[in-house]
Amino acid sequence: MQATIVEAINDAMHEEMGNDDRTLVFGEDVAESGGVFRATEGLQDEFGGERVLDTPLSEIGIVGAAIGLATYGFRPIAEIQFSGFLPPAFDQLVTNASRIRWRTRGELTAPMTVRTPYGAGVRALEHHSESLEAAYAHVPGLKVAVPSTPHDAKGMLISAVRDPDPVLFMEPKHVYRSFRGEVPEGTYTEPLGKAAVRAEGEDVTVVAWGAMMHKTREAVDALDDVDVELIDLRSISPLDRETVVESVKKTGRCVVVHEAPKTGGFAGELIATINDEALMYLEAPVERVTGFDVPVPLLAMEDFYIPQPPRIEEAIRETVTY
Amino acid sequence: MTEDLRPLTAGSVDADVETLSQADIDIGVHRILEPDGTYDRAAIPDLSDDALCDLYRWMVLQRVVDERATKLQRRGRLGTYASGRGQEASIVGSGFAIDDADRVFPYGREAGTLLIHGLSLRDLLLYWRGIEDASKMEGTNAFGVAISIGSHIPVAAGTAWGMKLNGDDAIAFANLGDGATSTGAFHEGINFAGVIDAPAVFFTQNNQYAISLSFDGQTAADTVAQKALGYGLDAIRVDGNDVLAVYEAVTAARERALAGDPVLVEAVTYRRAAHTTSDDPNRYRDEEEVEDWAQRDPLERYREFLKSEGLYEDIDEDEVRDEVDEMFDEAVDAADDFAEREVSEIFEYLHAETPPELHRQLEEFEELLERRPDMYDYIEQRPKG
Repeated sequence: MQATIVEAINDAMHEEMGNDDRTLVFGEDVAESGGVFRATEGLQDEFGGERVLDTPLSEIGIVGAAIGLATYGFRPIAEIQFSGFLPPAFDQLVTNASRIRWRTRGELTAPMTVRTPYGAGVRALEHHSESLEAAYAHVPGLKVAVPSTPHDAKGMLISAVRDPDPVLFMEPKHVYRSFRGEVPEGTYTEPLGKAAVRAEGEDVTVVAWGAMMHKTREAVDALDDVDVELIDLRSISPLDRETVVESVKKTGRCVVVHEAPKTGGFAGELIATINDEALMYLEAPVERVTGFDVPVPLLAMEDFYIPQPPRIEEAIRETVTY
Repeated sequence: MTEDLRPLTAGSVDADVETLSQADIDIGVHRILEPDGTYDRAAIPDLSDDALCDLYRWMVLQRVVDERATKLQRRGRLGTYASGRGQEASIVGSGFAIDDADRVFPYGREAGTLLIHGLSLRDLLLYWRGIEDASKMEGTNAFGVAISIGSHIPVAAGTAWGMKLNGDDAIAFANLGDGATSTGAFHEGINFAGVIDAPAVFFTQNNQYAISLSFDGQTAADTVAQKALGYGLDAIRVDGNDVLAVYEAVTAARERALAGDPVLVEAVTYRRAAHTTSDDPNRYRDEEEVEDWAQRDPLERYREFLKSEGLYEDIDEDEVRDEVDEMFDEAVDAADDFAEREVSEIFEYLHAETPPELHRQLEEFEELLERRPDMYDYIEQRPKG
């Protein structure tokens, strides 16, 4: 079937709630209203109010309760309505979720998923547009997944729910509904921790994820004289170093694109990895195209903040002509 | 409309507008044994003579463990330790009231609760020696110690939620201090528990201090119990130095929680020792206050009760202490015998399946240790503490 990313996410939750009655869905406005983006629509009708629940406005409570449920044998899917509201619950992710297996030497585990729409580009209010994936990827024991296609969104979310460890599932809301893609019926999984090569090429490796995959694709399509190898990272943590490094060894050049601020952003980690493992293959410095080191501006200026295709094109061209 | 859009100046009113304050609510303290030693016989909870004597033995055990663990820390044979001195009635009374099936969310000072529910004294010592294996909490149904204050409270709410969904005959039992009730996690956690009718008991030992900050500096609330009322939770305020009253309060709270009404119990007590062995309470509280609370010592109060009931003659105080000392000696030996951990230990258990990068970090580190055995010497000789 053809579906948008948000429909694919909804489909994944229908599948997994049907497959495993230990799966619960909860968060702010997820039950009665079906979620502000309709990601949880129909779940309460199908699975009832005991398994699909509206919570108080309470990010610490939501993520903390998910940990309590997960360590008690459930498979909670908690929604944080916008990733900009996740920081209060960062404490729970760092203090409890990510380390409970390690701390208890495997006695307790937290197989839980925290879903959250992230990123700019939907003309939202302040605190609705952040992309802090690098901060979460820095937490040992916490997986961070970012799908960019409907197919991956469904398969990776099912993997996240089944994962024996906590997964932060960041959904690129800018492209929630902007296109449709083929989504298989029924249950299937896409692995976490594995990048996807979206286009093979010889001249330069370009790495992106989430909504930036689509901006990058536009840029690459405009550069018809450059043979780009396009990698969709899909998981920020664990990181598929091998796919990136092997590609850079082949092309000798690399551009990383992300929407998050530049300083301390995940591009830095990728560049360090390339330095470690492929320095002698490089024919140009690794370039990065990122958001600026400022909060995401309000809607009047947010499009200037987001790396747009012309900026990405420039960086790719500079790298191949270095 | 005039061009002047400035707001009106605030003034005063003399109308009779009623305001509510906490002082309007009379919060009583549940107590069975008065500080002066008197009690109403009819109010004694229905416990066998053996159980009544056990309560005393456990309190002695808590005290001896605290004394000896503190000494071990002073000799460098234990890391930082948090003593429960002065809080024995709260720790033991609550621990006695809960069931092995209940999941305990400890905050660090309640050795007795964990020991009552099956944790070995060896593992308690290993925990304070900084050995991760002890956080398995083997033999006891406990989540592990919440060092980040208040962080376990929403987790306890979530586990209680799971217990309710499962239809388990059990509660989540969270231990916390008065300081925790200032954290955001506390407020979100108890609110959440109230909304989902979680079978949870939030047992607050109001020991008057959070490190150096007194209860007055912690909150403008008169009591912790009133905070719970704001969220629709039921609350019990109990004399935390009266072991029978704590036992009864937590038993009642547990029953209510099982019926779907989470309860906060505030046990009013006093931390007679330092916050931890890293702290010097002489800097922030005066001797007079400490002495005043020493007069309300929970062991002494309960001993007087046992004497009045003719039960103390069954207890040989020296023998109880000797027994605990012997147990403690054995636990120290067992802790000393615990196999030394390998460095691989720190890389394991983080994920169900260790990712390749982490394997690689371990391999690189092991190679370094092989090349540079002086690393071990360096770590061995590094000044500790």
